[in-house]
Amino acid sequence: MCLAIPGKIVEILPGEYRSAVVEVAGVRRRVELGLIEDEHPAPGDWVLIHVGFAMSKISEQDAIDQMRMLALLGESEAAIEEVRGYSQ
Amino acid sequence: MRFVDEFREPELIRKAAEEIRRLADPARRFRLMEVCGGHTHAIYRFGLKDVLPANVELIHGPGCPVCVLPMGRIDDGLSMAGRSDVILTAFGDMMRVPGTQGSPLQHKARGRDVRIVYSPMDALKLAQANPDTHVVFFAIGFETTAPSTALTMMRARAQGTRNFSVFCNHVTIVPAIRAILDSPDMRIDGFIGPGHVSTVIGCRPYEWIAADAGKPIVVSGFEPLDILQGIVMLLRQLEHGEARVENQYTRAVPWEGNRAALGVIAEVFELRPYFEWRGMGFISQSALRVNDRYADWDAERRFNVPGLRVTDPKAAQCGEVLKGVLKPAQCKLFGRECTPEHPVGALMVSSEGSCAAYYNYEHRKSPAVIDLASMA
Repeated sequence: MCLAIPGKIVEILPGEYRSAVVEVAGVRRRVELGLIEDEHPAPGDWVLIHVGFAMSKISEQDAIDQMRMLALLGESEAAIEEVRGYSQ
Repeated sequence: MRFVDEFREPELIRKAAEEIRRLADPARRFRLMEVCGGHTHAIYRFGLKDVLPANVELIHGPGCPVCVLPMGRIDDGLSMAGRSDVILTAFGDMMRVPGTQGSPLQHKARGRDVRIVYSPMDALKLAQANPDTHVVFFAIGFETTAPSTALTMMRARAQGTRNFSVFCNHVTIVPAIRAILDSPDMRIDGFIGPGHVSTVIGCRPYEWIAADAGKPIVVSGFEPLDILQGIVMLLRQLEHGEARVENQYTRAVPWEGNRAALGVIAEVFELRPYFEWRGMGFISQSALRVNDRYADWDAERRFNVPGLRVTDPKAAQCGEVLKGVLKPAQCKLFGRECTPEHPVGALMVSSEGSCAAYYNYEHRKSPAVIDLASMA
């Protein structure tokens, strides 16, 4: 919950509220974009995710570093389980 | 020297450890508090204590939202699960936290409808899919998760979903730091500031710590190098008698924070006059509640939540550990009545709780995952 999960935007979803399909370690789920609309998220962008919401845009290198950090902390499985738990 | 390749720039880790040894004047003792539970977890997992000289001590702070919630609030939340028309939803972290009548998971085992969600938005969707029930979301967390709860409530309001409400337990980190500084039994020389909370609030809210309390604070990332660099930056300030807010974690934390996230918090929530923290008592303006505009989505108003106050089990010393007055192993229950398998206090439940971290990495004598000390 407190450690951010990095993911890559695959597709921006249509609809009144901005959301996207985001891929995290091969798992694709829907993530809300309402908190980073000012950053104009687009497919191919990397984002940090907390509880189903993208919180900031980051570089690909930062995403790799963050994923490795989760692995070092032994939290990558929990992170992927969290992402799997988001609705499709 | 195993695992060295997994680190970002191992040479820099060596240099940071050397610099810490050089800066830590042996005639002084340095008590540095890491505020965030994520840091506590990392510090134990990476065995950072073994890298630091004996006179640089890390004190674990109150930054684990599951740990700081008093038992009365858990009972309050579970009181709603007693109703046949209610589905209580919570993050997985909450499920094993003991209330006086057992944890949410135990309530579920007794037939109450308690469900794990990974996102508040999924709790809202559950309500929309079950219009004949009422879905309560048990919201916890610091400023990292509060914006997501707020945006979900804005969505519920915009979509006219009335069978959804939030039991709000969001807390704010800065008043807790103030309470620690005001506590007569605490002496902290500087703070390692929280990483991901600061992506939302930025660095400005910490400025009073430097200006008024005269303590340096360095917002840091979670990798070993980040934490060691944060400590170097703190020791450099202390060497020169300075007290400033610095940002080690610039790759994730903008100085001004996330304005959109702060905006939705302001739209939905207001500060509570005071809120009880486990072991720390009532701290003024330290938590959020739902404002009047969103009253219809406030579970506390809809369900007449009893507002229970429950004292922790007498022998448990969660409060002293939370404030950093006691080390986890100095609590009478540690490792005996209270273990990760059978937690008495919340600090033993969450991986970010200092008791669970201490138990897993020190008490069980499992070696730190990375032998940092041999590198440094």
